[in-house]
Amino acid sequence: MQQLINSLTDGFLLGFVYGLAAMGLSLIWGVMSVINLAHGPVITVGMLTTYLLFVHLGLNPYLGMVVVAGVGLALGLLIYAIAVHRVISAPHLSSLLATFAVNMIMLGVFNAVFGGDQNNINYSLGSLSIGFLNLTYSRLLAALGAMLFTAFLYLFLFFTRTGKAIRAVANNREAAELMGIPSYRMLALSFGLGSLLAAVAGSLISTIFPFTIFSGGPYELKSFVICVLGGLGNPLGALIGGLALGLMEGVIPIWMPTSWVPVVEFGLFVFVLVVKPSGLLGAK
Amino acid sequence: MRALKQPGLWLYVGGLLFWGLVILFLQDPTLRETSFTLLMYVGLASSLNILLGYTGYVSFGHIVFFGLGGYVGFYLLSHLGWSLYPAALFGGIFCSVLASLLGLAVLRLRGAYFALATIGVNEAARAFVSNFSPFGGATGMSLDYSGYSLYGGSMKALWLAFILVWLIAIAVVIMSYLVKQSRFGLGLMAIREDEDAAMVMGVKAPQAKTWAYALSAFFPGLIGTIYFFKNGNVEPGDAFRLHLSIEMLVMIMLGGQGTVLGPILGSLGYERLRGYLLVSPLFKNLHLAISGVALLLIILFVPAGAVGWLRRRFPRLRGVLE
Repeated sequence: MQQLINSLTDGFLLGFVYGLAAMGLSLIWGVMSVINLAHGPVITVGMLTTYLLFVHLGLNPYLGMVVVAGVGLALGLLIYAIAVHRVISAPHLSSLLATFAVNMIMLGVFNAVFGGDQNNINYSLGSLSIGFLNLTYSRLLAALGAMLFTAFLYLFLFFTRTGKAIRAVANNREAAELMGIPSYRMLALSFGLGSLLAAVAGSLISTIFPFTIFSGGPYELKSFVICVLGGLGNPLGALIGGLALGLMEGVIPIWMPTSWVPVVEFGLFVFVLVVKPSGLLGAK
Repeated sequence: MRALKQPGLWLYVGGLLFWGLVILFLQDPTLRETSFTLLMYVGLASSLNILLGYTGYVSFGHIVFFGLGGYVGFYLLSHLGWSLYPAALFGGIFCSVLASLLGLAVLRLRGAYFALATIGVNEAARAFVSNFSPFGGATGMSLDYSGYSLYGGSMKALWLAFILVWLIAIAVVIMSYLVKQSRFGLGLMAIREDEDAAMVMGVKAPQAKTWAYALSAFFPGLIGTIYFFKNGNVEPGDAFRLHLSIEMLVMIMLGGQGTVLGPILGSLGYERLRGYLLVSPLFKNLHLAISGVALLLIILFVPAGAVGWLRRRFPRLRGVLE
């Protein structure tokens, strides 16, 4: 029972971070119907930036997150301008392959610059014990950070003029343009925001687990699963999907070996896609 | 059989036949190995092209059929002592049947949803096989060295594998040509352009899609068995490489989707380019990045691929460039 509650809380806290990464993917899909296959390397960029700032400048990983957010935003804008803008109205294959090309380029550059070694941010905060409940501070802070960024995203999308413009473009691009919204600037901005969320999620993950340059990939796949669970294009659904996935990862190992977790995850993923493509929490 | 009267088909088949015969004549092992890889990619890319190029359904995880077919065939070879030919055939048929069953579910999805589902199927299959103890779990299975004695020793077996892949590549190209010229192929292309309109016009879209999916799954299953037979072992990481799956898409895009010649040219071009980048001291570390740049440039500026570009540029060649 103690073990169950411990692994549940661990999974739950990690779920917030998963949700944050998936929210980035979901935002991009919701606004421009592009599945961003470069999501994984952007997550890796978040990890690497945090790592480099910590090792070379001795910057606290949690303070470094502000820098990471800026890097993520800039990277997203760059990817949009170079790869996505031209294929935004083309068939899905074009945008899928264009973002995948970005994925290859980024991995190739990481490989040439950093190599495949494992990196670890050696910054331990100890853990908190409440009765039998054992929580590491890094997980608590990661969950807190994810909640904070979610709150920012929500406030931005619903209470600022630019955020409302983004939602208008997501709803109907032509109508939004007729209302005088510069739609391409909004598309670029939402791609940037999506990458920002991914990079921050990567940064939070790097404070919990060691990573290599390829570590972003599995989180990208998890983000797909989460988005489908929560409904593609629905950022709040992504957060709930992330929590569900985190809990699942905490609970499943109690009944079966840990290596079965991906079987269940991807099985559920395909099942939900086929039965209810709009997601478990989807509107229709 | 209108297709048999056209020069294109004979040109491609003749070229492939000539290529294989030259390798057989030269008896050079290095040349055989590179040709094996190239012909394997020709076969894989051309089968995927039936689904992607003709029908317009983007399968990101098509490698799942290569992996599963290879696993099933390899299991029959190593554990049940089947001979290579029935094992490979069974691997292919298994994949076709699986694809038609899977197709009933996933082919109802369109566009990006279908692409996502195929990624999910591949990852689920990889995770499942890694845990499936009859298939050796995460370590996979390996073939006993004596297993090759049936085919006259391991050297002969390597040649046999090459010949089989060569013949399969030719078969895939012929099938690809015939499908494109047939009523069935026209139906597929109508689905690609506008599925709803095609259905109104009387194309039985669900059946046609399922057939296309099953057909494009058959040959990867065959090739998978032969590939792992040649390797002598099979493991999950090798069988379900999502990366290879996407490289197949790159080859098709490079050559020109929806054409017969496109996947052939594309796989040759891509593999040559990669081979060059991997050995060149200057680009060795950056080869992935450079392939990525090449892909991006093609997607952005030449979306019709090499063959599509040539067809538009030189209308006279259209009779030959199918």
